[in-house]
Amino acid sequence: MKIHEYQAKEVLRKFGVPTPRGIPCFSVDEAVQAAQSLGGKVWVVKAQIHAGGRGKGGGVKLARSADEVKTLAGQILGMQLVTHQTGAQGQKVRRLLIEEGADIRKELYVGMVVDRQTQRVCLMASSEGGMDIEEVAATHPEKIHKVFVDPATGIKDAEADEVARKLDVPEAGVPRARALLQALYRAFWECDASLAEINPMIITGDGSVVALDAKMNFDDNALFRHPEIVAMRDLDEEDPAEVEASKHDLNYIQLDGNIGCLVNGAGLAMATMDVIKLYGDSPANFLDVGGGATAEKVTEAFKIMLRNPGLKAILVNIFGGIMKCDVIATALVEAAKVVSLRVPLVVRLEGTNVELGKKILADSGLPIISAANMADAAEKVVAAAKGKR
Amino acid sequence: MSILINKNSRVVTQGITGKTGQFHTRMSREYAHGKACYVAGVNPKKAGEDFEGIPIFASVRDAKAKTGANVSVIYVPPPGAAAAIWEACEADLDLVICITEGIPVRDMIEVRDRMRKQNKKTLLVGPNCPGVITPDEIKIGIMPGHIHKKGRVGVVSRSGTLTYEAVGQLTALGYGQSSAVGIGGDPVNGLKHVDVLRLFNEDPETDAVIMIGEIGGSDEETAAEWVKANMRKPVVGFIAGVTAPPGKRMGHAGAIISGGKGTAQEKLAVMEACGIRITKNPAEMGKLLKSVLK
Repeated sequence: MKIHEYQAKEVLRKFGVPTPRGIPCFSVDEAVQAAQSLGGKVWVVKAQIHAGGRGKGGGVKLARSADEVKTLAGQILGMQLVTHQTGAQGQKVRRLLIEEGADIRKELYVGMVVDRQTQRVCLMASSEGGMDIEEVAATHPEKIHKVFVDPATGIKDAEADEVARKLDVPEAGVPRARALLQALYRAFWECDASLAEINPMIITGDGSVVALDAKMNFDDNALFRHPEIVAMRDLDEEDPAEVEASKHDLNYIQLDGNIGCLVNGAGLAMATMDVIKLYGDSPANFLDVGGGATAEKVTEAFKIMLRNPGLKAILVNIFGGIMKCDVIATALVEAAKVVSLRVPLVVRLEGTNVELGKKILADSGLPIISAANMADAAEKVVAAAKGKR
Repeated sequence: MSILINKNSRVVTQGITGKTGQFHTRMSREYAHGKACYVAGVNPKKAGEDFEGIPIFASVRDAKAKTGANVSVIYVPPPGAAAAIWEACEADLDLVICITEGIPVRDMIEVRDRMRKQNKKTLLVGPNCPGVITPDEIKIGIMPGHIHKKGRVGVVSRSGTLTYEAVGQLTALGYGQSSAVGIGGDPVNGLKHVDVLRLFNEDPETDAVIMIGEIGGSDEETAAEWVKANMRKPVVGFIAGVTAPPGKRMGHAGAIISGGKGTAQEKLAVMEACGIRITKNPAEMGKLLKSVLK
């Protein structure tokens, strides 16, 4: 799960990470009031969307007067902010963060992720803050310093100090950098984060070390023990079809092709997308119905796929193991009757009770195209989609 | 032979009293030598009772002492699953197979760290995996037994139904399996591709291996490098997710392309460079394996 920058900063502050003072706003009036209550002479007006690259996209601006805050807030609120992470259509800005200006002397990068190889949390830090860190990693890997944190101890003082020195933090600032890094790790660990990124972490004129930006993602599997984080979820930032799917316990991701896919199992679902591509078309979605595909679930899955105006055909690929083919066939028939399919439906069933399943489909009188195996299914669904064009 | 499990394995089921645990214990017991293999269950609140004749003990340690169980299978719900893994390790079982899906990564980091630091001999398969099967001997997990056939091809995979797909293709072509191992789709897990390949390499009854991976991480690359240096048997491979867009988690917690790393293309290229025959067509995994055995 993702949260906004201002929310990530609220989380980090609780763990003792210094951040600039700021106030989240939902309207231009609130933005002006926020600037006034913060005081000072310089403010930053920051678009709050879940995607990164907001600055480059024009979603982060400096204001030197209340009037300027008003003008900029008016421009940014409601805009379709396009960044390298939003896609061409961009993301509508509905929230702002008004922050006090900062006296930046040096910009650094700090990030944390779970490293699969060592099975530990990895702290990554670089003196090249503010930049596109993926580019730094690709062109100057020696400028990224890593610590694989022992889960029994957390980041040790010596480890944090070494990182701070490698980042050329002035000696007087090392204890403050250490405190920030250790606080960031505690926040990551205790909140079950999957990603934490501070880009940039800055050193100010008076030697303070501050998180100027903040990004946090969380492990969906651990949300059950973090109601305070679940409360920060912003459904406006998520794909409506994916939100709807999650309500029905369907694992759905919208893609931009023509062929809808309904598959059991994540690996087989990806493989099904791949085989469609191999046969010359492209998938409209990833959809894993999981182990218990009931008529109700299949119906919802069809409805969600059919909302897509570009949909040309649907491929159902089920390898029935524990889920028996006759059960899924019955579910498919019931669902197809309820939703009135406007596109061709190709079904490939394999596994437990497959003959019974195929018979149910054949006897249903529905115009279902039956496929013998994955390759046959892909070929048939691509041909069917062409016929629809 | 086979790897990891055979008809002499003695299994304790952790989470035997839950709906999933009951269902799959029943199915597994009906498979091949299952009746003799499934010897115990664990539930501290129901010690002394039984599940359809399988005695229930208060702890894994008790179950091991009373029945000689050496392998555990876990169906415990996510919040308690990592603790269940640790309990099996503390009882010094040979192997623990964790089927549970949805365990918090932090819990897995902690239990894996403890397993390493305390030098536990217990091997872990999973979590979030279909389990392990040695056809005609024993099935530990949720895979459909009847699609398998005894034979000499090893299968190792990160995904469940895609493993069944490969097994189904092999069986249809007349090739049986020595063992099929689902290592699971989570970012922090037990045995990885390379560990299972090492076991297949040493197994005199395995002639060739199908290795199935998916986007995310670099385990397949590590395995490929190992194959290049050490493997004496042909390996063929498929990676799911060529069409997966970056930054989107494809169902499995580990299946995500992040920071431009972990793409299917990259994995396939490394595998090919290491002498693994690959296919981009998941419908042809069986055929590809057949081609290297001739």
